[in-house]
Amino acid sequence: MPWVTIVWNDPVNLMSYVTYVFQTVFGYAKPKAEKLMLDVHHKGKAVVSSGAREAMERDAETLHGYGLWATISHDS
Amino acid sequence: MTDTPEPNEAGSLEDLMARFRSNADGATARFAPVEAAIIRDLVGQVIELIGADAPDDTDAWPAGDASSTDPAGRTDPTGRTGPSDGTGWTDTADTSEADATGAGAPGRRDGMLDGGPIDADALAAMVGFSDNTELPDDPVLARLLPDAYRDDPDASGEFRRYTESGLRSGKAAAARTVLATLPPAGGRIRLSEPEAQAWLRALNDVRLALGVRLEVTDDFDDQVANMEPDDPRASYIGVYQWLAFLQETLVRALS
Repeated sequence: MPWVTIVWNDPVNLMSYVTYVFQTVFGYAKPKAEKLMLDVHHKGKAVVSSGAREAMERDAETLHGYGLWATISHDS
Repeated sequence: MTDTPEPNEAGSLEDLMARFRSNADGATARFAPVEAAIIRDLVGQVIELIGADAPDDTDAWPAGDASSTDPAGRTDPTGRTGPSDGTGWTDTADTSEADATGAGAPGRRDGMLDGGPIDADALAAMVGFSDNTELPDDPVLARLLPDAYRDDPDASGEFRRYTESGLRSGKAAAARTVLATLPPAGGRIRLSEPEAQAWLRALNDVRLALGVRLEVTDDFDDQVANMEPDDPRASYIGVYQWLAFLQETLVRALS
C-alpha cells in the first residue's frame, strides 16, 4: 500500500476532538485513536491511514471536513 | 493540538459559560443571549468566508432581539459601545475606548459572558473575514481548505479542483445547522446526534479561523499570560477559550 494519509499537529485542534475524529472517521478503537492523536501531538505528525491513492484522497477530504490538517504522500 | 482549556477563574466562569451535556438523543445546552449572538456572528462569518451561497435565514427566527428578551436586562451585544470606529482590533494605536469599557483589560474574560466588553462589530472586524476567496491571500481560508499534498502543487491543485466545492458546501451546511438550531435570543437547545456533529465541525472551523487571526501557537498560554493589556487580541482571548471549552463539552457529550 504505497500511499498514506498524514495528520499534522496544529495549536488549535483539541486533543479530545482529534481522538473523536479518528474514531469516527476510521472506526478506530479509542486506544488506537488516542495513540495516533498523541503521536500527532508529540511528534508533529502521524500516519493515520494507508492504501490506494484514491482512498487516501477520500480520507484527506473527510479529515479536511473536520478541520484536521491532513496531507497525502507516497510512502516510498 | 491543545488540551482542555483552563479558564483563570474556573469555578465561577464555568457557572456562567454555556456547556453541552449529553441527553438521550444527542446533546443539550443553554445559551445566554450574548453567547448565542457571538456564536451566530462568528458562524455567519465562516459561511461568508468560504463563499458558499447562504440562504436567507435572517428571518428564520421570530422578531425580537436578544436585548428585549434578556431577563438580565443586558444590552444587545450588537451596535453598542466598544471600539466603534470600525477599525476594531487592528487599530493598535487607539485603545482608549477599549480600556474605557474594560475590553482591553486582562482578567475581565467573564465580562464577555455578561454581555460586557464584547462588541459584535468589533468582533467581526477582529476576525477580519474578507470577501476575498483567493486562497493564497487569506491564511484563514488556507487553513480551512488546506493543500492535500505538501510538495506537489500540481497534485494539490487537482485535488482541490475535485474536492474544494464539496468541502466548502459541507462546512457551510454545518454552519447553517448551528444558525438553524440556535435562536438569536439563546435559551435551551436540544440537538440530535447529527445536529450535534455538525455543531462540532462548525465550532471547530470557527476556532480554526480565530486561531489564525489570534496567531495561536503551541505556547499560546504563555503568550496570553504575558500579553500586554493593550494588545488588540486581549479582549478576544476569552471568546476563543470559551469556544474551546464549549467544544470540549460537546466532544464529551458525544463520546
